[in-house]
Amino acid sequence: MGYRVGDGRTAVERRSERELVVTRIFDAPVRLVFDAWSQAELFKLWWAPKSNPVPLLSCEMDVRTGGGYRLTFGHDAANSMAFFGKYLEVTPQQRIVWTNDEGGEGAVTTVTFEEVDGRTRLTMQELYPSKEALDESFVGMEHAAPEQFAQLDELLATLGASV
Amino acid sequence: MVQYSTARLDASFAALSDATRRGVLEQLGRSEASISELADKFHMTLTGMKKHVGVLEQAGLVTTEKVGRVRTCRLGRLGLEDEAAWIEGRRQIWTARFEALDEVVEALKRKEEDDGLSRG
Repeated sequence: MGYRVGDGRTAVERRSERELVVTRIFDAPVRLVFDAWSQAELFKLWWAPKSNPVPLLSCEMDVRTGGGYRLTFGHDAANSMAFFGKYLEVTPQQRIVWTNDEGGEGAVTTVTFEEVDGRTRLTMQELYPSKEALDESFVGMEHAAPEQFAQLDELLATLGASV
Repeated sequence: MVQYSTARLDASFAALSDATRRGVLEQLGRSEASISELADKFHMTLTGMKKHVGVLEQAGLVTTEKVGRVRTCRLGRLGLEDEAAWIEGRRQIWTARFEALDEVVEALKRKEEDDGLSRG
């Protein structure tokens, strides 16, 4: 294993069968980046970006060790989907670790913040209980891949079948 | 470690945008073939087919091997393309999210600077 893709700023790496790691540098000190991850009113401004087809309906976060969170996505309350879990560890300006409990085989997500010359190096690791859980993991609220990938998949499946 | 760049994915999709090249991939899916066999099959000049195979080769969809005067073409590492698509989907999500997060921390930075100014 160990596939990696990067555009210079955001690097995404499948570090092992069960582990996905995303790294990114932010041009701001850790205290500000940490605020944006730990205060619900800031978090909800970016976790579901405008390109997201499904809006964030509600966002409750009690960011402390042992606390919980609940995010609801959807166009209205009747057609919504909740994501929830608890914070296993919150160390201000260093680390946030949470569970993803909405599905059967949810990941444990660890976000670490390191300050380098006034900037923040952020590392987000998702550790899944099995390879299959990561393979099939839900990618945010988006359809897993844009249409062109679906088309590529289809073509590759055709080619694979004819080998 | 296999390194994937968006440039490489772009190359894959560009390669697949052409009907002849898709046909060549299907053909190679059935069996390997030389460039001249492919040129015959697709009623094309040798030079034209060389160009198409070159595009497919650069995208990693086809590998070629020259033995004597014959260049044999085979399908590339298709399994890895699936993996690349999988991880590219994830990269797009996180890139969009982190661009939005950039804006939030920029706003926080500006606010802090303004607060500092008004205090001073």
